[in-house]
Amino acid sequence: MIQAIMVFNNHGKPRLVRFYQRFPEEIQQQIVRETFHLVLKRDDNICNFLEGGSLIGGSDYKLIYRHYATLYFVFCVDSSESELGILDLIQVFVETLDKCFENVCELDLIFHMDKVHYILQEVVMGGMVLETNMNEIVAQIEAQNRLEKSEGGLSAAPARAVSAVKNINLPEIPRNINIGDLNIKVPNLSPFV
Amino acid sequence: MVVPSLKLQDLIEEIRGAKTQAQEREVIQKECAHIRASFRDGDPLHRHRQLAKLLYVHMLGYPAHFGQMECLKLIASPRFSDKRMGYLGAMLLLDERQDAHLLITNSIKNDLSQGSQPVQGLALCTLSTVGSAEMCRDLATEVEKLLLQPSPYVRKKAVLTAVHMIRKVPELSNIFLPPCAQLLQERHHGILLGTITLITELCEGSPAALRHFRKVVPQLVEILRTLVTSGYSAEHSISGVSDPFLQVQILRLLRILGRNHEDSSETMNDLLAQVATNTETSRNAGNAVLLETVLTIMDIRSAAGLRVLAVNILGRFLLNSDKNIRYVALTSLLRLVQSDHSAVQRHRSTVVECLQEPDTSLSRRALELSLALVNSSNVRSMTRELQGFLESCPPDLRADCASGILLAAERFAPTKRWHIDTILHVLTTAGTHVRDDAVANLTQLIGGAQELHAYSVCRLYSALAEDISQQPLVQVAAWCIGEYGDLLLEGSCEETEPLQVEEEEVLVLLEKVLQSHMSLPATRGYALTALMKLSTRLRGDNNRIRQVVSIYGSCLDVELQQRAVEYNTLFRKYDHMRAAILEKMPLMERGGPQVDEEAEESKEARLSEAAPVPTEPQASKLLDLLDLLDGTSGDSQHPPLDPSPGGTLVHLLDLPCAPPALAPIPNVKVFEREGLQLNLSFARPSEIPALLLITATATNSSGSDVTHFVCQAAVPKSIQLQLQAPSGDTVPAQGGLPITQLLRILNPNKAPLRLKLRLTYNHFGQSVQEIFEVNNLPLETWQ
Repeated sequence: MIQAIMVFNNHGKPRLVRFYQRFPEEIQQQIVRETFHLVLKRDDNICNFLEGGSLIGGSDYKLIYRHYATLYFVFCVDSSESELGILDLIQVFVETLDKCFENVCELDLIFHMDKVHYILQEVVMGGMVLETNMNEIVAQIEAQNRLEKSEGGLSAAPARAVSAVKNINLPEIPRNINIGDLNIKVPNLSPFV
Repeated sequence: MVVPSLKLQDLIEEIRGAKTQAQEREVIQKECAHIRASFRDGDPLHRHRQLAKLLYVHMLGYPAHFGQMECLKLIASPRFSDKRMGYLGAMLLLDERQDAHLLITNSIKNDLSQGSQPVQGLALCTLSTVGSAEMCRDLATEVEKLLLQPSPYVRKKAVLTAVHMIRKVPELSNIFLPPCAQLLQERHHGILLGTITLITELCEGSPAALRHFRKVVPQLVEILRTLVTSGYSAEHSISGVSDPFLQVQILRLLRILGRNHEDSSETMNDLLAQVATNTETSRNAGNAVLLETVLTIMDIRSAAGLRVLAVNILGRFLLNSDKNIRYVALTSLLRLVQSDHSAVQRHRSTVVECLQEPDTSLSRRALELSLALVNSSNVRSMTRELQGFLESCPPDLRADCASGILLAAERFAPTKRWHIDTILHVLTTAGTHVRDDAVANLTQLIGGAQELHAYSVCRLYSALAEDISQQPLVQVAAWCIGEYGDLLLEGSCEETEPLQVEEEEVLVLLEKVLQSHMSLPATRGYALTALMKLSTRLRGDNNRIRQVVSIYGSCLDVELQQRAVEYNTLFRKYDHMRAAILEKMPLMERGGPQVDEEAEESKEARLSEAAPVPTEPQASKLLDLLDLLDGTSGDSQHPPLDPSPGGTLVHLLDLPCAPPALAPIPNVKVFEREGLQLNLSFARPSEIPALLLITATATNSSGSDVTHFVCQAAVPKSIQLQLQAPSGDTVPAQGGLPITQLLRILNPNKAPLRLKLRLTYNHFGQSVQEIFEVNNLPLETWQ
């Protein structure tokens, strides 16, 4: 079973944090920091497996990580998962992100955190591997995005704006404003009121 | 004017714009205030956007608990974007300990039965992540219905949700076991993957399910065979291997089903051989499958040839350039070393090479495996390798390595001398990391090997002369020098280079140990005792030793001080006995800490039995103990102590525990009027704890007699009272003979004692009647 999935950058700032085992909030933050410190110590040409830190359960759990450019993807798993298999799973996840975001980079993960969660939910559910076929995952995500767009969001904004203006109680507008030498004729606004 | 709320992207921009932590906190706190206000106002349009922002700051570590109820509202909304955000919030913010958690059960139920497919997917996802035991029980039937729905998307999610439910509520296995047979016939990989996981969970949970599912082994074999032999399928393949995840899961399930079961193992043999030989090993995916195959082969009752093949594959893995593969190979070999020891031995040399890895994950595994591979035939070479490793290994592995070497040496040492050498080497290299009993073990070992006394003491002396910082080494060396100092000075050891040591040098060295700030108190104790023993071993005069010993008589450390004082006394008063007391020690028995002290005590006891007069320091110790005991027991009796010191300890422990005598209850004055006083005195015989005897005494100090004195008493209903006849009814004036009356009170329930007294008498020509309750009865009267 997968205990947790963490994505953070080279400075330890979290970009995605998902726990499949309940930990209290402060412990969650500490675990992210502890994992970052453990992973940072590793050189680039040594193996991708580490024993889990003490906060997450110690040597019963393993940290399997991959380093892509500025991001670390870390999966914390127990002994029932195949280590090499999880390495492949991380690759599948990253490639799926790539397909969904068109050449994904760290900024995409920063600004679309919710979308990354939705994609992750199609790969891993309840700490278990759900689907590894990238095409299926991408198709599902695109269907959901279409559903969300059709419901409202941006396309409904102009309609909402008009109804908002309609609701404003405008006082009586004078037809003519006479101030000294100035004589302004106020145009008829009735179609908009 | 309504301030439009920030979009998530804008908030993130602002947070990233903050240059310091404090600035970031400020931005976030301001925004959280807006979010809270928006939640209070109940704005439905922007709720999901507000929650998105809240989840973002939650990931950064800021509190977000006020968003929990909003998740519920969003989940209940009909819009998909709201539900999506609400369920995400529920999964990130809620858990079984919050009350809000149970409230989503209803929404999940509705979504499971009536929602569109994506919505059902969301509900199942949430249920499998945060579903508590009650929620699982409530929703089990809904999930079961979804298992057989047409849409594969929903079915695969339902299957995994079932796995979670069984983990939370094992009784639900009854519901989810029957559909498995049909699910196994699916062709959709996602459903198959989930089903295999479900069956694995069921089998691990109950032996009955395990037996039931052995029937499907042929089916599983077929599925796997199709995967392995089918051509390149772009959909599911990872680097040329078709759906390695599914293959690995099936192999795991086969392992569980085939364990200890001949027939199932038979059925799998061919397939396993096929997978083992045909899988592409150039990329990680293939290796994952291959590794799983190897583990399955080794775990079931497979043919011998197949097992050899499997171990050879592992051996090949060990030579792979990819470090991950080497790591997994070492881990797997460690699992196999117990059951297939000889097969793993073949790869011993490769394992030992892995000790040199710079990667600590790998070297740790290699260390564990190397230690497991030591046996009597390879112990010398393995120990050499491990000692080499000990010198250069990273500090966190030192302790494990040192104790591992010592353990291996103990089990497989070919000769005593080799054993002593090995322990010596470990102590000099990693002395601070060894376990506490290493010192005791080594001294016992040396003590038992008489032919090696000279050798040991010479080597230990040289080691000590070089380095006095490693405490275990110093302790052993000090002990040896003390015991065998004469052999050291003879310099007659043939096995090492001849060592010419002067008496002065030895004393100087021991004094250095005593004075060094690096020495622990225990070490200094060893050194002092060694110096003392040398006073009989060395031929020169003992002035130097006597000086040192008397200096330490005023040492701040109590233990050292006591020893020094005792030794001083030995020099001054009991010089004639010094030689006998400081003789060479006999061999001690192994076992328990403090072996040295016990042996010394028993040796002293034996010696003093021989001598008629017990040595003074020991006798004073005994008397101190006696005094202590006399002080506490007060007047309790104990049998006279046997004067023989050896038996004294036993006697002290044998002392009977006399019950403390009951303290007498104080008298109480209950009435006084014009010179007439009534006192109560109490007695509680120990044979009848419920009985209280009160003696009421009336005294008269006035000038007039008291006549017709009658005392009556009343007690609560639960207590029995018996009033005996008074001694008289007149109390003469001026302290004449008092009247006494006995009251017997039986209070078996230990109820609080209340006593009401009625007195009638004539005094100073007037008749007096007094009725009162006694308030000041002491607790001991009724407790």
